[in-house]
Amino acid sequence: MSQSHRIPGKGLLIDRARPVRFTFDGRAHEGFAGDTLASALLANGTRLMGRSFKYHRPRGVMTAGSEEPSALMQIHEGAQQTPNVRATVQEIYEGLEARSQNHLGPLSFDLLAVNDWMAPFLSAGFYYKTFMWPRAFWEKLYEPAIRRAAGLGSLSGRHDEAVYEKAFAHCDLLVIGAGPAGLMAALVAARAGADVILADEEVRMGGRLLADGAEVDGQAGPDWAASVVAELASLPNVRLMTRTTVTGAYDDGTFGALERVSLHRAPGDAPRECFWRIVARRAILAAGALERPIAHPDNDRPGVMLASGLTGQMTRFGVNPGRVVIFSNNDSGLATARSLTAQGIEIAAYVDPRPIPVTEDFPVYAGAEVVGTRGRLGLRDVAVRHKGGISMIEARTLALAGGWNPTLHLTCHLNTRPQWDEKIAAFVPKPGAVPGLEVAGAARGRFSTAACLADGAQVAGEVLADLGLRAPDVPVPGAEDRPYGIAPLWAVDAGGRAWLDFANDVTTKDVKLAAQEGFRSVEHMKRYTTQGMAPDQGKTSNVAALAVLADATGQEIPVTGTTTYRPPFIPVSIAAMGAGGRAEGFAPRRLLTSDARSRAMGAPMIEAGLWSRPSYFPRDGETDWRTACDREVRQVREAVGVADVSTLGKIDVQGADAARFLDFVYTNTMSTLAPGKVRYGLMLREDGFVLDDGTCARLGPEHFLVTTTTAAAGLVMRHMDFVHQAFCGGWDVRMASVTESWAQFCIAGPKAGAVLAALGITADLPFMGCAPVTLGGVAGRLFRISFSGEQGYEIAVPTRYGAALFDRLVEAAHALDGCAYGMEALNVLRVEKGFITHAEIHGRVTADDVGLGKMVSGKKDCIGKAASQRPGLTEAGREQLVGLMPVNQGEVLSAGAHLYNERDPAVREHNQGYVTSVAPSPTLGCWLGLGFLKDGRARHGQVIRLDDGLRGRKVLVEVCDPVFFDPEGGRMRG
Amino acid sequence: MRIPCPCCGLRDRREFTYYGASVFLDRPAPDAGLEAWDEYLHLRDNPAGVTRDLWYHDPCQSWLEVERNTVTHEVLSTRPVVEARA
Repeated sequence: MSQSHRIPGKGLLIDRARPVRFTFDGRAHEGFAGDTLASALLANGTRLMGRSFKYHRPRGVMTAGSEEPSALMQIHEGAQQTPNVRATVQEIYEGLEARSQNHLGPLSFDLLAVNDWMAPFLSAGFYYKTFMWPRAFWEKLYEPAIRRAAGLGSLSGRHDEAVYEKAFAHCDLLVIGAGPAGLMAALVAARAGADVILADEEVRMGGRLLADGAEVDGQAGPDWAASVVAELASLPNVRLMTRTTVTGAYDDGTFGALERVSLHRAPGDAPRECFWRIVARRAILAAGALERPIAHPDNDRPGVMLASGLTGQMTRFGVNPGRVVIFSNNDSGLATARSLTAQGIEIAAYVDPRPIPVTEDFPVYAGAEVVGTRGRLGLRDVAVRHKGGISMIEARTLALAGGWNPTLHLTCHLNTRPQWDEKIAAFVPKPGAVPGLEVAGAARGRFSTAACLADGAQVAGEVLADLGLRAPDVPVPGAEDRPYGIAPLWAVDAGGRAWLDFANDVTTKDVKLAAQEGFRSVEHMKRYTTQGMAPDQGKTSNVAALAVLADATGQEIPVTGTTTYRPPFIPVSIAAMGAGGRAEGFAPRRLLTSDARSRAMGAPMIEAGLWSRPSYFPRDGETDWRTACDREVRQVREAVGVADVSTLGKIDVQGADAARFLDFVYTNTMSTLAPGKVRYGLMLREDGFVLDDGTCARLGPEHFLVTTTTAAAGLVMRHMDFVHQAFCGGWDVRMASVTESWAQFCIAGPKAGAVLAALGITADLPFMGCAPVTLGGVAGRLFRISFSGEQGYEIAVPTRYGAALFDRLVEAAHALDGCAYGMEALNVLRVEKGFITHAEIHGRVTADDVGLGKMVSGKKDCIGKAASQRPGLTEAGREQLVGLMPVNQGEVLSAGAHLYNERDPAVREHNQGYVTSVAPSPTLGCWLGLGFLKDGRARHGQVIRLDDGLRGRKVLVEVCDPVFFDPEGGRMRG
Repeated sequence: MRIPCPCCGLRDRREFTYYGASVFLDRPAPDAGLEAWDEYLHLRDNPAGVTRDLWYHDPCQSWLEVERNTVTHEVLSTRPVVEARA
């Protein structure tokens, strides 16, 4: 196709020297650099760009901006596809592949257009009323069929591999929109020295100055805009952001903004979009106004546009609209007709319901209305009702000018509703709706160019005074100041279907039906008809729809009210909002000092909170975790194993009152601990449940080292800080998290002492002792504690020596028939010993439930003690920690299973408890489980049923003491 | 939302951890009785308007009492819990 529909010499944004080839529905097209998909297709004479959501009606372009409800397309980039892209926003680039949406068969002969013939049956609420029976059919038959027939584009179902970015910015003043008001406001603020960000969603700044042909200060509008932009660009205190839409207003002057960084170029290395969070001391909304259509029968044909869309496509891209009929109820439409005539465009008719004088250079139909259109795939004729008769007027474009709605969306984002202004028949922003945000120009109903320029300067002056800056004397340039003269006309009463929401196929009939069926509240009407719920969120249609609703319910428009405006103002891809958050970017990663060596040894890593920890260390021939785990457990029990336990939280506590403080946070007494000794400790939450467990080592008279579980490290630090700052004011105690300062390794097994000896450490520590050690000149710490039930040590060195120490420990262990062991073996070893983790202390258990009731000292107060004595936590019948062993040795146990008496059904009333941890024990030759059972301690020896409904597993288990192995503890003490 | 930390200045909400109403500072005596402890642990007002609650500023480890408005999200004042208790 050729670019037959261009006006020679016109088009501010296109570069005629640079042709660009792209495809639409597989057919090659050519446009110019700077074209949007919409303008390039229009220039090629293509008006049909898609099918409508529900009735599959032919649809074309309505607008020249981001409010486009109708021309939505799918962009294909290799395997990627992006649906519902507004053709009026997407710039073309060489090789761009666009496809129309929502049709079966070719776009020009959509088989699903049958829906349009069935329209009388497909009114609002049709689905709810029709597909009610049989119920089971909904999910399997009705819904999939409806979803196929209705809807817009589709996703590729693949990950979006493109790069997205997020960024933050701060400024004194954010100006939203660079039309006459925004440019003026930015200019005044910039000259005052304020730190200004000016954001505009278009490629070039200027707003309506680029489309209306208005003159400013005797200059052409675009030239004046360019000179202001050039001055702003030269100032160091101004940041100009084009292709950037401010999407939402949030608390404390924070705004979201989406920058289309490289969507106008073929995919490459640059981010596709960037999501900005802009924190502004003050902001000025100068987003202008959006034109609204008039609902008349068949107003949705390709070729029916908004007048502003028509002028935008013409001035920016040189699109030739052909013969034009303008249907307007205000003077801006009339001005458009004059301007088009002056530019040589044939106005076939100017239709206006107002009784205006008929003295123009084009046919004027005053006191008239458009009552219909013809043309199967594009507009051919317009039916005009005039003086009691109907004339058919041939036209290629019908421009609707139904008046203007201030673009006030951002002022409503903190849950304020706009106010109705009778004079301009539109909603205007409520002053002060968003703290720090002022509104200027057309966005608050000042519609003439002169008024916008003056308002921008004035509001900027007010804001500068607020910021403590002096507004410079910037003369307001002269411009047109014509009256608006609107006579509201929302819908033409002429039978037939008249569209309100072009995106979701909502007609005036649907809104009236909603009112008739009782959905009279605007929020109910919206949900019943889906008015305003499409990607465009009803930007061009919501106000008209509620005017029709107001009429149908006999209420005034201000009483009817608006629906809630919510961010984002335009569709924002989740990829942009969550930029950087995919895969490894999802959360920070914490790596052990042994990480590289563990991976080199072939250990699969698993996530433990933010940490990566080795699961097991496979040896040749070991193909599954179980074989490796069994071997590692046996080696620990028979020889020695080393494991990285640096993930445990470590809190250094110092001060004269440190011991007193620890007595208050722990249930047991730490003040009686001798220096050089370690004690197991339990902490409660203030509500009496167990918070965490760990060890407490006294390194000196006023120096303690507390360890926490990996999972609760941050929680315990916060808790201890709270107890200290809230309840121990004036105490001499200081603490700090030193988790990441120390690399700590566990050495466990009968040959643990021999490993230490190999490192040159003579370990003469009693069980639960601690001492400073020196390792090759490095000061470290040695603790004799055990989480495996074997003779065990933990050795800590400053983190930077961790990798070297781990290497030496692994070598020493290997030389003694030992090994490195991972999380799987660590878990088996602790389950065999009945040691608890956060699987057991999950927030709903008391010290007594886990068999540690005696650890709550009776001699002192501590956090959680009072509440731990409430009746509910102390009465009989609570679930207590028990061990579980299968009656038939070979059977597998599973965590999460529930426990029942042998013959009881697996229903809630019979629930006896649940399983928290399981492990395959090579030591005992069967699976072991830990769990909680009603009155469990009194039921050792009983046989009960473990029932895992998820995995369909039923196993008879014997209840026993949770310590399965070496209950006397001789091995770890010895 | 941003919260002025007495140590660090105005900081983004994401640096803080929320805990709950600041009445949690008024810990009853150990022998105050079940009712007092029940109220302390479990009963909270849910005001539409000004409220005082506890926030932890993770980077500097300060516990703060923040006075703010639940309707407008305006932060009215902050002080360390040490001072709030005094």
